[in-house]
Amino acid sequence: MAMKTSSAKFKDRVDEGIHNDFMRLAVSSAQERLHGRRLTAVDELGSWEDWRSLGEEIRQHVLSNLDFYLHQLALNVSKRGGHVFFAETAEQASGYIKDVIVKKNAKKVVKSKSMVTEEINLNATLEAVGLDVVETDLGEYILQVDDHDPPSHIVAPALHKNKEQIRDVFKEKLAYTQTEKPEELTAHVRGILRKDFLSADVGITGCNFAIAETGSIGLVTNEGNADLVTALPKTQITVMGMERLVPTFDEFEVLVSLLTRSAVGQRLTSYITALTGPRDEGDVDGPEEFHLVIVDNGRSSILGTEFQSVLQCIRCAACINVCPVYRQVGGHSYGSIYPGPIGAVLSPLLGGYDDFKELPYASTLCAACTDACPVKIPLHDLLRKHREVIVEKEKMAPFSEKMAMKAFGIGAASPMLYKFGSKMAPSAMSPFKTGDIISKGPGPLKTWTESREFPAPGKESFRDWFKNREKGGKSS
Amino acid sequence: MNGTIHNEGAFLNNIAKNLGRAPITEGISVPEWKHAPQKEVLKHATQNDLVAELKEQCKRVHTQFHVTDSKQVVHCLTKVIEELGNGPVIIPKDGRFTEYGLEGILKENDVHIWDHQAGNENIEKAESANIGITFSEMTLAESATVVLFSDKDHGRSISFLPSCHVSIIPKSTIVPRMTQAAAAIRSKVTRGEVVPSCINFITGPSNSADIEMDLVVGVHGPIKAVYIIVEDK
Repeated sequence: MAMKTSSAKFKDRVDEGIHNDFMRLAVSSAQERLHGRRLTAVDELGSWEDWRSLGEEIRQHVLSNLDFYLHQLALNVSKRGGHVFFAETAEQASGYIKDVIVKKNAKKVVKSKSMVTEEINLNATLEAVGLDVVETDLGEYILQVDDHDPPSHIVAPALHKNKEQIRDVFKEKLAYTQTEKPEELTAHVRGILRKDFLSADVGITGCNFAIAETGSIGLVTNEGNADLVTALPKTQITVMGMERLVPTFDEFEVLVSLLTRSAVGQRLTSYITALTGPRDEGDVDGPEEFHLVIVDNGRSSILGTEFQSVLQCIRCAACINVCPVYRQVGGHSYGSIYPGPIGAVLSPLLGGYDDFKELPYASTLCAACTDACPVKIPLHDLLRKHREVIVEKEKMAPFSEKMAMKAFGIGAASPMLYKFGSKMAPSAMSPFKTGDIISKGPGPLKTWTESREFPAPGKESFRDWFKNREKGGKSS
Repeated sequence: MNGTIHNEGAFLNNIAKNLGRAPITEGISVPEWKHAPQKEVLKHATQNDLVAELKEQCKRVHTQFHVTDSKQVVHCLTKVIEELGNGPVIIPKDGRFTEYGLEGILKENDVHIWDHQAGNENIEKAESANIGITFSEMTLAESATVVLFSDKDHGRSISFLPSCHVSIIPKSTIVPRMTQAAAAIRSKVTRGEVVPSCINFITGPSNSADIEMDLVVGVHGPIKAVYIIVEDK
């Protein structure tokens, strides 16, 4: 699947999300667990602000010198016998990978979880030429078996499903006969996928961080699937977003520490692996051939703009796990493989405003995302900047905002009308209010009051209060 | 033989153009970072403090923990193998098994020693093995992590395909955290040594929380993990 995961309209997607009680319960409980674990991991480490500053400094240095570090990486991969392909577009990337695999006469491909391969629509490209592509991350596998349900979270992709739903999918598709216990569901998948690991011709991975100085690829998992994907098939293809690299092992370990704590609240995940080139001479396992595909796909046009800091992202999802909007609407509402605050910033940049112009508005600008980010991306500022661009340059503000601003514009342009409008508000709203609140508002207020109440206008307007404040009393 | 590099020039020039400067392909060195909190973690810990930290962390990562010495290690390993349900066992070709006097018990069990000349048979043996046994090269106290370097006689599969992974940890290999391991690897690099094709940082058994955030131990890799600390090594 490419960046865009749905052709439905934003409002319809949100409506579906908001009325999906199963999903909302699953999301809020997952959010709480992930958020709680992160806080514990961060607290016990101490000096978290120093860690964040270090992470930010490393990422900014790499972005400012990105061409240098990519050159160094490519050179060192090549020295170890690996092939490097720089792909400007998604099509170039997936086309190259397809060609490599087809030339090998390969039949089966095993993959470990990778958002960038989703971004370049890799599975569809490979399946179109008859390849059997198997996702091996448990969450991704569940989604694949369930007729390619889109991911709703970048770390825990199947977080929107509960165990009963997963059991039912397995019963229907995998002749599963046991209960909804996660242990039994997982053991069933282990049995199936073990055979796939052993019989696959090609293994495809993403890349958490590449290490320029040694030409190594760093992979971070808990399941160990990335290790089997890279140990057993004869050919390994790794796909990385062009910004996902660090200078040396020293910076690698810092960013891995930030990633595992922020993503899942672990000091380190079960498997952190640094792979350098194909297998060494004499090795029995590990790939005979290694290809690294470095993907731009719109990233370079973010460099040098006010949005550059979004490329500091290490895909930990801490921002998603604290976002009150994500909690209410779930990942699918964003209509992008990148949901939550990071998705709302990144999706319009990589996928364009036409498809993703609503996302920067799917935010309360509460800044919880910015506070949670381990590499200090000012996410809520970037969301606000998107809104500026959308209104000023793209002239495509959401309809309700346009209407509200238009009405405010007319009213505010004339002091008489403004005065009249604010004075009229209390009586105009009186049919809708109960006591001091409005719970079923008309027109522009309708969407708001569908999910919460709106305070009724006071009898005294701010202007009147201001004018009369020195009298110490009410105007009327 | 060097691998190929495609489409680099245009790609990097475009990056430089967007950054608003001429392309840079040399002359950048890693700066002295303003903060270094990673060097403060367990900074003043003694080797015994590190063992205690490691032991505590093992509880959190579902890993059995034993402390022994070079005289008792045979006894300890025999017991562990028994508790895990016996062989087949697979081990790397590693002189330390002899040095630690472990040949005897290995003979008693159904043990395959990884030998690159046997080719794919090694992988088949690893797949059917109940237990893989390794020696940790470096051990991270903070996270209870063992570090393994691949080699022609130390296949990657030994620590992934068997149902159980037992790692023998010489006490002297224990360091505070990943910071020291990264520094050690980096000093090898700067000395001109070749980095092994696979470096594993392994923390306990494989696991997943992809179903309702409930932790399930044992997904694609080992289901059980055991660490044996050898005090006088």
